[in-house]
Amino acid sequence: MNILKTLVGAAALLGSATLALADGHADFKPAVIFDLGGKFDRSFNQASFEGATRFSEEFDVEFREFEIQSDAQREQALRRFAEQGNNPIVVAGFAYGSAMETVAAEFPDTSFAIIDMVVDLPNVRSVVFNEHEGSFLVGMMAAMKSETGKVGFVGGMDIPLIRKFACGYVQGVKAANPDAEVFQNMTGTTGAAWNDPVKGGELAKGQMDQGADVVYHAAGGTGRGVLQAAADAGKLGIGVDSNQNYLHPGNVLTSMLKRVDVAVYNAFKDSMEGNFTAGFSVLGLAEDGVGYAVDENNETLISEDMMKAVEDAKAKIISGDIKVHNYMDDNSCPAS
Amino acid sequence: MKKSLPTWADVVLIPAINVFLAFFVAGLVVLFIGEDPIRAMGIMIQGSLGSSYGIGYTLFYATNFIFTGLAVAVAFHASIFNIGGEGQAGVAGVGVALVCLTVDQTHWLLALPLAIMGGAVFGAGWAAIPAWLQAKRGSHIVITTIMFNYIAAALIIYLLNNYLKVPGAMALETRGFAEGAQIPAMHEIASWFGASISRTPMNISFFLALLASFLVWLLIWRSRIGYEIRAFGFSEKAAVYAGIKPVKIIMIAMLLSGALAGLMAINTVMGSEKRLVLDSVLGAGFVGIAVALMGRSHPIGVILAALLFGVLYQGGAELAFEIPSIPSQMILTIQALVILFTGSLENMVRFPLEKLFLRLNRGTA
Repeated sequence: MNILKTLVGAAALLGSATLALADGHADFKPAVIFDLGGKFDRSFNQASFEGATRFSEEFDVEFREFEIQSDAQREQALRRFAEQGNNPIVVAGFAYGSAMETVAAEFPDTSFAIIDMVVDLPNVRSVVFNEHEGSFLVGMMAAMKSETGKVGFVGGMDIPLIRKFACGYVQGVKAANPDAEVFQNMTGTTGAAWNDPVKGGELAKGQMDQGADVVYHAAGGTGRGVLQAAADAGKLGIGVDSNQNYLHPGNVLTSMLKRVDVAVYNAFKDSMEGNFTAGFSVLGLAEDGVGYAVDENNETLISEDMMKAVEDAKAKIISGDIKVHNYMDDNSCPAS
Repeated sequence: MKKSLPTWADVVLIPAINVFLAFFVAGLVVLFIGEDPIRAMGIMIQGSLGSSYGIGYTLFYATNFIFTGLAVAVAFHASIFNIGGEGQAGVAGVGVALVCLTVDQTHWLLALPLAIMGGAVFGAGWAAIPAWLQAKRGSHIVITTIMFNYIAAALIIYLLNNYLKVPGAMALETRGFAEGAQIPAMHEIASWFGASISRTPMNISFFLALLASFLVWLLIWRSRIGYEIRAFGFSEKAAVYAGIKPVKIIMIAMLLSGALAGLMAINTVMGSEKRLVLDSVLGAGFVGIAVALMGRSHPIGVILAALLFGVLYQGGAELAFEIPSIPSQMILTIQALVILFTGSLENMVRFPLEKLFLRLNRGTA
């Protein structure tokens, strides 16, 4: 009798769940808008595309997408999707900040999510990452792997966010080898700096000419050139945002993962299940929002000592024993 | 000299055939990537003219193109090819932003005329250097104005990065203008009359563009200086013989041209973005060349051509929304085909048509 009750109960529950799900499918229209650089940048935008795709495959829900061509289209794209009843609308990129402020206020019943930027409105979820923590770990790996004691960093657009990557990286390098030297370059001061692989490659070459043998990039599409240059010279690159180890197997030491895909996936999923929460969320090492990638393409590059030291540091950062300075707290970096 | 083509054929028939050809070839391109060209065309037209939302965006883009089209047209009447609309409008954006940032605590009725002056002065100023180099030194204006587009882009990046952007912020943009420098958007104007239309960036500067078109017509065809500009454009030697000073004409035509290009910043910087962003011109300076060519450098023609390009821009964006499998580069291709057919391949249609009309005339005579 008891068993029967449970079974019936479970069946009813299942039935209502599938019903709710089916209902959700009919008018659940999520949308994602990519930033300049396009959805196949192998990095930041691609991560958000993958998150949306994973959600779409798991729950069999179609999603709308748009690749902007210019800054002026940000507001148009947001408004266009909101007007057509798409909900939630997820955008990846700090540059959407002011467009989001305008449009989200116009559509208070639509849920929005923005990644890498904080927009303080009751229907907007702002997701930021502790990139400095992940960068700290790959910085340690770079310093331990380097034979010359010199490592490089190539940033995309020169903005506080990218300096935050650089600052975490330098702190990691110095933690593993206080005498190590770090060369830093930024690709440019405009959005074009996210998609300039040629210049990225040249900057990496310049750093390698000065003796760097591991180069980390935080430059979106520009980073393809950085990794290519490192591989061509037989040196090591470090990828960013997505797992880029596969791009040049054996020549990419690791990738600093920034789980933009998880942020997009969660925003879609929470909204579908009716659990969407607005507000400010920070994803760090503790939340698996950032991390480093080890797979079959780079496992031979990482020794057990390195692995142990990095895992140790990771645990200490999570527990608070190691404090990694966040550049954006005070717009300055204690290490250089 | 007797015209080989009747005016209606020159003004209506040739552009119509050109547009038709362009859409035909664009349709073939769409067909090649496996999409339905009729559906794509329908989306473009429905998306740009089918709702108050679409019309608003179409007219917003058209406003930009009217200004830059007029700019090219005025210079063209003096036989000067001003390729620098992009840079002039960009620098004018800085002028408009500086005015707006200064007076945005007042009222838009005060801010608008000041911003118009700011945009016109900065735009004309940026055109003045190539104009002077052409007038005094004979440096070819096509080369110098193209170069000045790049200098303008670099200058704006420098100013935004070092002086104008909000300290500590990541986006390359100034702070938003306060209430006092926000000109009425079209949906606000409509609500004054009790009508309700969708929110779009279209704003009061659309009427400014129409007014500018009328003033350009007055200037070129109904004023003494306009006569001198046209005479100079027809034949420099004859104009000089008639006592027209080339330096003066080149300077006046180019300053007017730069000022007109600069006025589009009212539409984008002051009207739509309400702040100075990095790329506020969006290629409108170059589209203006095609608009002026297609519009035969006449204000009415410029307005019509600007509307067509507004439809292309807004329709193209709709196409990207509705059929994501059509890549954005393909939309650029479609827009480029229209420019190609209306701008440079015009004679392909004109010569056969002229022959046809000659034969017809001979038949009737």
